[in-house]
Amino acid sequence: MPDATVPIAAPLSPAPDALSGKTLARSPWAESWAIFRRNRAALLGLALLTAVALLLMFAPRFYAIDPFEIVGSPNTPPGTEAPLGTDFLGRDVLAGIVVGGRPTVMVGFCAALITTLIGITIGALSGYYGRMTDRLLGRVIEFFQVLPALLFAMVLITLFAPSFFTVTLAIGLVAWPSMARLTRAEFLRIRQLDYVRSARSIGASDARIILRTILPNALPPIIVSATLATGTAILFEAGLSFLGLTDPNIMSWGLMVGSGRTHLREAWWAVTFPGMCIFITVLGICLVGDGLNDAFNPKLRQR
Amino acid sequence: MTAATAVVEQPLLQITHLEVCFDTWNGRTKVLDDVSFDLNAGETLCIVGESGCGKSMTALALMGLVPQPDGHITGGKILYRGQDLVQLRPEARRQLRGNAMAMIFQEPLSSLNPVYPVGEQIAEVLRTHKGMTRKDAHDRAIELLRQVRIPEAERRVREFPHQFSGGMRQRVMIAIALACNPKILIADEPTTALDVTVQAQIFDLLQDLREAHNTALILITHDMGAVAELADRVLVMYAGRKVEEGSVEDILLRPAHPYTRGLLQCRPDLKLGVLPPRHDLPEIPGVVPPLYDLPPGCAFAPRCPVVQNDCQTKPPSMLPAPVALTQAGLQSIPVVREFEAPPHRAACVWLAANRQETAA
Repeated sequence: MPDATVPIAAPLSPAPDALSGKTLARSPWAESWAIFRRNRAALLGLALLTAVALLLMFAPRFYAIDPFEIVGSPNTPPGTEAPLGTDFLGRDVLAGIVVGGRPTVMVGFCAALITTLIGITIGALSGYYGRMTDRLLGRVIEFFQVLPALLFAMVLITLFAPSFFTVTLAIGLVAWPSMARLTRAEFLRIRQLDYVRSARSIGASDARIILRTILPNALPPIIVSATLATGTAILFEAGLSFLGLTDPNIMSWGLMVGSGRTHLREAWWAVTFPGMCIFITVLGICLVGDGLNDAFNPKLRQR
Repeated sequence: MTAATAVVEQPLLQITHLEVCFDTWNGRTKVLDDVSFDLNAGETLCIVGESGCGKSMTALALMGLVPQPDGHITGGKILYRGQDLVQLRPEARRQLRGNAMAMIFQEPLSSLNPVYPVGEQIAEVLRTHKGMTRKDAHDRAIELLRQVRIPEAERRVREFPHQFSGGMRQRVMIAIALACNPKILIADEPTTALDVTVQAQIFDLLQDLREAHNTALILITHDMGAVAELADRVLVMYAGRKVEEGSVEDILLRPAHPYTRGLLQCRPDLKLGVLPPRHDLPEIPGVVPPLYDLPPGCAFAPRCPVVQNDCQTKPPSMLPAPVALTQAGLQSIPVVREFEAPPHRAACVWLAANRQETAA
């Protein structure tokens, strides 16, 4: 049992020892981190993400080969000529992985950020004010929700030339409704709690109640959802690249999988390695997301 | 100070014919009907009655916190220093909350925001209303925690609500409520969720702070012990209406309305060393009628032990009480009234009838 090393009865919140008088003020965030720290799967996810991040940050410096340059004969298997082989044009696969990760991950993060910002704003207003605001914003949410995501993104990208900006925006715009619904539900739940009523009774303004009283309490599920949204956005970007809808002048993992797929039988490495990279990144994000979900779950919190 | 004496004559808060309605599935329901009372600076007014009689709704209406969007103040005035709070713009109303009037709720366990240290929550009021800097507000928060007798205030000010016991959390709530030295403090069953031993401490604390700051206290409770200990005046409510009001002596010693008498009898009389006989506790038969389906006359009529024919026709109006009661079954106490005692009045047909008998 690997868990045997973890002291089960260790108090998560410091025992209020009246004699020593030494209680540490620990915020709910600190308690969640204490739970997260013991979650092996979540730590593995964090390690995977750290590895990917380090690779993307520093590897291009040590492996400075242009991913578009033809370095050898086509479809060279992994070996001395190219560590991970070359693709059907003779381009270095490792160079593609090292350079192509950045746009993939950046698009993922930025799109998730857009998703989260729009989702929180619309969801918070809708859930807090209710009534007409809710009905109006509810229709907006539904409108975006019933749009076929891939088609909508494809249309956006074809209307405006494919670039980092349009791809990110397209992905961000199709994903926010679920975030808005989640935020709305949290606001609906929290706005009728006692501490919101007491905030109102001390004369806090609406803006203050939304931003300072309710939002911090609504954040845990939003953070989990934002994490998972990053994974989804990365997959979405890979999907768009695979279909050739992103800027072909920017190397990305999805692009590599897409361009290599016709030559899969001759050069499995040109598809498999970038595919693995996408898989590992998204897996890491999902593990961290699940870990956060557990860490924020009050039912798993022991006192 | 001499100029102010004329103002002191006027009550701090004058509530006249307050009416609050709720839109429900059963149509528009009146939850407060013709509620009028005054509150003087520095006095303690207790509002008593069963659950659902409109005590809490009165408090919320005073605070301007009638639940939206279903609740409405449909009539009456709340005069505070000559201005009608009912007509006040929401923004001006908000400025008064926590500043001129503050409220303590029933559930100290859930009334504090779990994600902030308690000190920050006290500081927030001060920064909202007094424009204090972060540092000043923090220092004042420590001072306030000391005032509500929380030991080691310097350390505890940084702790989170879950690190406090129920009684301690209610003290923090009191500190938040008193932070801006409000003129009016409304406490809605502040000790219902607490231990008996802690209850006494909280009541003592409220009493001391009230005296120290000359704050008027509206205490909503069904704890008659607390009423006896704290109240100057008592207001008895039933089904959204006021049924009796008077000084604490009048209400506790010479209750006039059958409902008040019932309430007072429904308490186990515990004395040290004497076990009260089992199954001997009187109760008021029946329940409070649903507010959307009140009888046309006195709302208490269906449960009243001395119900008359006239009770069924129209709601009785408030008449001076007490009267020397002649009817058997209800204890009659001779009336000795001090000159300046607040008016003791009750809304009861039966009382009015008996009054005429004695007058004759």
